[in-house]
Amino acid sequence: MVKPENEFTWRDIEIGAIVTTPGNAIQYRTGDWRSQKPEYIFDRCIKCGVCAIYCPEGCINQNEEGHFVADMYYCKGCGICATECPVYVISMVEEVE
Amino acid sequence: MAKRVGIETSLAISEVVAACDVDVVAAYPITPQTHIVEHLADLVANGKLDAEYIPVESEHSAMSACLGSVAAGARTFTASAGQGLELMHEVLFVASAMRLPVIMAVTNRAVSSPLSVWGDHSDVMATRDVGWIQLFVENGQEAVDNTICAFKMGEAKNVLLPVMVNLDGFHLSHMIEPITIPEREEISRFLPPFDYPLPLHPDKPVAMGDFAPPVIFSEAKWAQEINIRDSYETIIQTWQEFGQQFGRYYQPVEKYCTEGAETLLLTMGSFSETAMTAIDNLREQGQKVGLVRIRLWRPFPFEELRKAVGSAKTLIVFDRAISVGGPGGPVVSEVKAALYNEPQKPNVVSFVGGLGGRDVTREGFEEIITRGQEIAEQGSPNEFEIYGVRE
Repeated sequence: MVKPENEFTWRDIEIGAIVTTPGNAIQYRTGDWRSQKPEYIFDRCIKCGVCAIYCPEGCINQNEEGHFVADMYYCKGCGICATECPVYVISMVEEVE
Repeated sequence: MAKRVGIETSLAISEVVAACDVDVVAAYPITPQTHIVEHLADLVANGKLDAEYIPVESEHSAMSACLGSVAAGARTFTASAGQGLELMHEVLFVASAMRLPVIMAVTNRAVSSPLSVWGDHSDVMATRDVGWIQLFVENGQEAVDNTICAFKMGEAKNVLLPVMVNLDGFHLSHMIEPITIPEREEISRFLPPFDYPLPLHPDKPVAMGDFAPPVIFSEAKWAQEINIRDSYETIIQTWQEFGQQFGRYYQPVEKYCTEGAETLLLTMGSFSETAMTAIDNLREQGQKVGLVRIRLWRPFPFEELRKAVGSAKTLIVFDRAISVGGPGGPVVSEVKAALYNEPQKPNVVSFVGGLGGRDVTREGFEEIITRGQEIAEQGSPNEFEIYGVRE
């Protein structure tokens, strides 16, 4: 990863602010937009993956147990996964961090 | 050697753009710029210019197509005026901030309403802060020369900025004058091929025009400011090189009879030539008057302006645009700002005139100078006066 954006000076910016490293949006921490975060009760989870399909950020991945979990580096806390989950595994709670 | 021929300024610009071996022209016709783009379209259609002519559906599209064209590394030209320039307004900011050197002729025209197809500087003054290099020319030869220079300045590796060549609509754009259009071969010795450092190319993908969150936006703007400020040296150097090869020299601030002048008139654009004849006449009558013309409007030549006007008692600034509800003309506002911190500075008097194509004759400029001297001595109830306005 390149240096954090708050350490960039004007001299570090490429001409015309052109981005020369394709795909570097992966470094963009959209997780800090979050005001709510998902909490899971996996006892009910049927491992259908509907939450991952609906996630607009594409940040929900299946873990070793087969459950679907959001990557908090990217999760914006939109709550679509909680709305779409057919068995109410996910509830949105206030982000305090 | 190139011959000196009688030709309309607009057509001469098209011819020289062709001689600069432009790759792409994307433009939408608007009075009084039409002849420039019509003739370029002719040159392409007749096989005399090997370029892509994109007949777009609006000026917004014209400038957008130009951005794409430069981004792919193509030498690109467009032209506009008046409402057309305003329709491309938002894209103008993008061209400069993305460092895409589009070269554009602007045949300066009044902006509606009331509808006027005639000339003044309202259009370009509304685009003052878009970050382009902005030049003003006074006659057909200067328009041709500065179009060539614009490509070289704008495309310079350390500059990479779009350049606007401003010429007065009708008063200059439609004037038939004796003009020397340099041959392609002469121009190619002066103007190297365009080599954009980070072009759009599948072998080395880049992303242009990305977004910047608050944490980086200020840095991007400061980089832009440093960039256009630093372009000044290259602009001066380009004019010098041009002079050495072609024998015609240009300065950011041009002076005429300023030696020992107590009263200076300041103008921009083709009216300067009329103003010169007024200065000649007044000088013959023994008056200590002179003329200063700003050629480089952006980046603004602060130091040269101070040097040019610093020792005068009275400076009369003639604007061809009105900043409604503001300080009068945009030029006087800039001039006053440039002089504010100087310990010794002239008394600055502001006139607006030549709006919507109205002529200012030699006698007119003589009246402006006389009235300006009166205001300098006695003051005026108004911040500025519109020359010739009927009350």
